[in-house]
Amino acid sequence: MSEFKSGSLEAKEIHLAFGSNKVLRGINLAVPEGTAASVIGPSGSGKSTLLRVMNRLIEPDQGDILLDGRSVLKDSPDELRRRIGMVFQQFNLFPHKTVGENVAFALRRLRKLSRDEAWTEALAQLDKVGLKHKAEVRPATLSGGQQQRVAIARALAMQPEVMFFDEATSALDPELVKGVLALMTDLAKEGMTMVVVTHEMGFSRNVSNQVVFMDGGVVVENGSPDQLFTDPQTDRLKTFLSDVL
Amino acid sequence: MDAWSNLVDTFLNWGYIAEVLPTMFAYGLQNTIVLALTSGVIGTLLGTLLALMGISRNRFVRVLARIYTDVFRGLPAVLVILVIGLGFGPLLRELAGITNPYPLAVAAMALMAGAYIGEIFRSGIQSVDKGQLEASRALGFGYGPSMRLIVVPLGIRRVLPALMNQFIALIKESSLVFTLGLTATQRELFQIGQDFAANNGNQSPLVAAAIFYLVLTIPLTYLVNYIDKRLREGGKQKAEPDEAAAVIGKGAHA
Repeated sequence: MSEFKSGSLEAKEIHLAFGSNKVLRGINLAVPEGTAASVIGPSGSGKSTLLRVMNRLIEPDQGDILLDGRSVLKDSPDELRRRIGMVFQQFNLFPHKTVGENVAFALRRLRKLSRDEAWTEALAQLDKVGLKHKAEVRPATLSGGQQQRVAIARALAMQPEVMFFDEATSALDPELVKGVLALMTDLAKEGMTMVVVTHEMGFSRNVSNQVVFMDGGVVVENGSPDQLFTDPQTDRLKTFLSDVL
Repeated sequence: MDAWSNLVDTFLNWGYIAEVLPTMFAYGLQNTIVLALTSGVIGTLLGTLLALMGISRNRFVRVLARIYTDVFRGLPAVLVILVIGLGFGPLLRELAGITNPYPLAVAAMALMAGAYIGEIFRSGIQSVDKGQLEASRALGFGYGPSMRLIVVPLGIRRVLPALMNQFIALIKESSLVFTLGLTATQRELFQIGQDFAANNGNQSPLVAAAIFYLVLTIPLTYLVNYIDKRLREGGKQKAEPDEAAAVIGKGAHA
């Protein structure tokens, strides 16, 4: 039933420093095709930076990134980012474009669809997130939850092989979190390869196939949700879990 | 009350005002508008270039824009108009046979307006949330297209009110071209008022010019306020409550 041409993603020995500040110190991560990995950890542990390195919004100092088993560091970063959709904490919808144009924009410019084709496709994507009827309005008139669902539709419209979620529900009022999480859960179930940086432990535990605990720029523990949540091995993870659960 | 009626006559002699009106309508108004509009358009183009230079990733280009801006923002308008108008006048006459002072006046005004508009655009562009650039790049747009298609248009929209203020300033500044010496039909609002006032020993023609300026500038200031309000509120409809609950479970299946 999967409608995605979803791919595997792998990061090998990723290092990144901003000046003397070593943000990522040898990260290894493998997300098999059609699975969801949650990345959890305290603020400043390098989770969001890891996402940005894996789609090369930030170039790593060292290491390799593989999509579908092939290194992508030599490709054009713009090409890579077309294959990886990204959803942000602050939605980052284009405020001067309508909801429909937000989704259609990259379809026209990058996927080179005609204006009509792009609009039809945008409406179809908006329909999937339940917001087709909002296509003509500006994002500012939508609630945070609706805006985030538009952002998800905008990313999915590019037919990505992998989806990144960077604390996609952190900026939402509590009652709006559910709708966005439901959408992300559906996507995971449909076999989209996903890397989800999140503070939603329920999602990590119940939806993802793999949980990655980061602290201080390294992966401290990595395993199945059961393993990490019921039998944490390190003091750092134990402390973190007792703080957030 | 003789002094009082003298004063009223000095500024509000309707006879003189009526006398000067036809000339102002025939030449002055359109000359003022031509000067302000052309220098405004050229200044906007120049300002766009300067703003892009000002946010360039190349340090040399940034410094160049900085120096230009500092120089042309730091000089009195009348000095620039005189230096360029009189200084380059002979050259233009020799090369192109142009004796009309307008091209050089427009050039001088545009050079100065460009410096201001460049700063206005640059601050607008730099005020755009960096998430916009990130979102655009994450979709697969390169840095250049992201700036051109998303960030710069957003930044410029945000500073449209300040840009309109610059046009208002140009309307007023256009009065300074009188320093270059104008023929009868080249005169703009101020010079016409000034000539009539000098010939008649009465300030009423200048009051007429003032009214013309205000008729041009006051509606523009209200337009600025309207645009400003509109941009801030975005013609905002009330945000509806989230109907997320209705689509839970449907989500991506719908």
